[in-house]
Amino acid sequence: MTHWIIAPVILPALLAPFIVLAARYHIGIQRVFSLAGVLALVAIAAALAWEVSDGSVILYQLGDWAAPFGIVLVGDRLSTMMVLLTSVLAFFVLLYAVGSGWDRRGRHFHALFQFQLMGILGAFLTGDLFNLFVFFEVLLIASYGLMIHAGGNDRLRAGVQYVLFNLIGSTLFLFALGSIYAETGTLNMADLAERVQLIAPEETVGIRVAAVLLLLVFAIKAAVVPLHFWLPSSYAEAPAPVAALFAIMTKVGAYAIIRVYTMIFPPDLEVTSGLHDLWLLPAALVSLAIGMVGVLAARKLDRLVAFSVIGSMGMVMVSISLFTPAGIAAALYYIVHSTLAAASLFLISDLVRTGRGNLELTAQPPVIGTSLTAAMFFIGAIAMAGLPPLSGFLGKLLVLDAGFGTDLVVWIWAVVLISSLISILGFARAGSVVFWKAHSVAPSQDDKGDRAQPATLAYVAVGGLFALLIAHTVFAGQVHGYTTTMAAQLFAPESYMQTVTETPGKLSKPTKEDH
Amino acid sequence: MEFLVASAIGILTAGGIYLVLRLRTFPVILGISLLTYAVNVFLFASGRLTIGAPPVLRDGIETYTDPLPQALVLTAIVISFGMTAVVVMIGLGAFLGSNDDHVDDVPDIDTDADQTGGRS
Repeated sequence: MTHWIIAPVILPALLAPFIVLAARYHIGIQRVFSLAGVLALVAIAAALAWEVSDGSVILYQLGDWAAPFGIVLVGDRLSTMMVLLTSVLAFFVLLYAVGSGWDRRGRHFHALFQFQLMGILGAFLTGDLFNLFVFFEVLLIASYGLMIHAGGNDRLRAGVQYVLFNLIGSTLFLFALGSIYAETGTLNMADLAERVQLIAPEETVGIRVAAVLLLLVFAIKAAVVPLHFWLPSSYAEAPAPVAALFAIMTKVGAYAIIRVYTMIFPPDLEVTSGLHDLWLLPAALVSLAIGMVGVLAARKLDRLVAFSVIGSMGMVMVSISLFTPAGIAAALYYIVHSTLAAASLFLISDLVRTGRGNLELTAQPPVIGTSLTAAMFFIGAIAMAGLPPLSGFLGKLLVLDAGFGTDLVVWIWAVVLISSLISILGFARAGSVVFWKAHSVAPSQDDKGDRAQPATLAYVAVGGLFALLIAHTVFAGQVHGYTTTMAAQLFAPESYMQTVTETPGKLSKPTKEDH
Repeated sequence: MEFLVASAIGILTAGGIYLVLRLRTFPVILGISLLTYAVNVFLFASGRLTIGAPPVLRDGIETYTDPLPQALVLTAIVISFGMTAVVVMIGLGAFLGSNDDHVDDVPDIDTDADQTGGRS
């Protein structure tokens, strides 16, 4: 049995207290350990992803307890890909935080960052619903600290909203878990998948309520309209590197929906029929539309990017809620794209803030470092709006293609295409106001304000994200082929379930003497 | 007893939701506390209500109470306690900073020129 699969949880969990306790006053040491830790995570994640790329499933039984009794970590194609995506994103975000000096503007940035990684990676790897709740709480409580990093009134106010919204979400999650346990007597995902099938049709009231509650919780995380209200102000007010890392947090919700609603409540299960095509798909279409309209309506650049995150999550959810292998494969391709594009746009808006002093979309004197920042904004906007030649365009084509045979094809195509047009308009307006109208305003000599040249390392970090986006475009065929095999594995969960329930451990044989 | 526990959960939840909708920090935090109490009792009841039965296997005993919900409740209590402490601190910071304890957005938060003053 390989122990490496627990390393993505253990490594940040050990690094964070070390950074707090041993290197509290030494920002240099903190940076070195934090960066080294994330680099190690990237290596481990790549190795794990390579190991399961043949379709095998890695199982780790904590304390060697057999599956329904103990907590298990499970690595399959989907979870290891999400772990790899998170670690790579975390590396570039951390590089930006170090380069721009954000990590020095408050205390304990690196420790909280590592705890946040622990929560996110744990949520991707766990095979137990209650453990998923615990990892959600770990990532949330670290995100509360990161969200208000560096302080300021606006940030604290947005932080209060963010925390309260998520506390209510956690309470809902617990209600859902309680009803699931009351109905089935288990919280292990694979065991649950077997037992839900056995519930008699006339006794499904409790499990149906639980399925809807669980969907609500994950939809809050994924910011699906009408549960998206926490996102715009918290992402806009959060420090830029933190907002960029948060780009993966909405994907945790999407991942949980994919995992739970392909394995535990699969689309052909009668208990939850209608849940995704009747409720999730329209909600996803509305969030796509509202997100992109918000891009056009935003009066500040950071809000614009936050709304584009809602829009791109809408696109992901449209594709997921088809619940066909093609739809899931397209969604997974788009998830990678949207994470990288959203993160780079948050970082670019911080570059603009550094060079300009604020992010109001009004004509102001030129941004310091205009040419490079403007070029980067141009690339990021192309990626996010889904124009060729970048991967947003390919991802959108895949989503459109996946939606082709369904009943709602007209709606899907109409909303996706029209919202793309609106988002292009929104980004074009923002870019021209920020970068072009600047030349019609006479620069005032006396007021240099808090404008400064962004650091080189900050540009390097954004450039790294762009390199990943370009690789995601160039190798689109291979990546989409891999996400297709991933979707195939998700729709045939037997090997996952067998690995989890049939691997021997403590308590699997009642004759053991050790309890 | 089932009726008593169920109505206790219901009343706690109703009071919690009412307070959460009050839109000022203090009642909202109280409401969330009530909601977490409700969910703790709910989780506890999810293993069925059994009186006077041991949770650990022993020889010669036929009736057991389910030990798992008790462990779940313990985790949930610890987490919600910590979360409440965090939200009280952040809420206090926000109130002292802006002298306003409303939870919702000020309508003109985007355009207000003074807003940039508090940003570091």
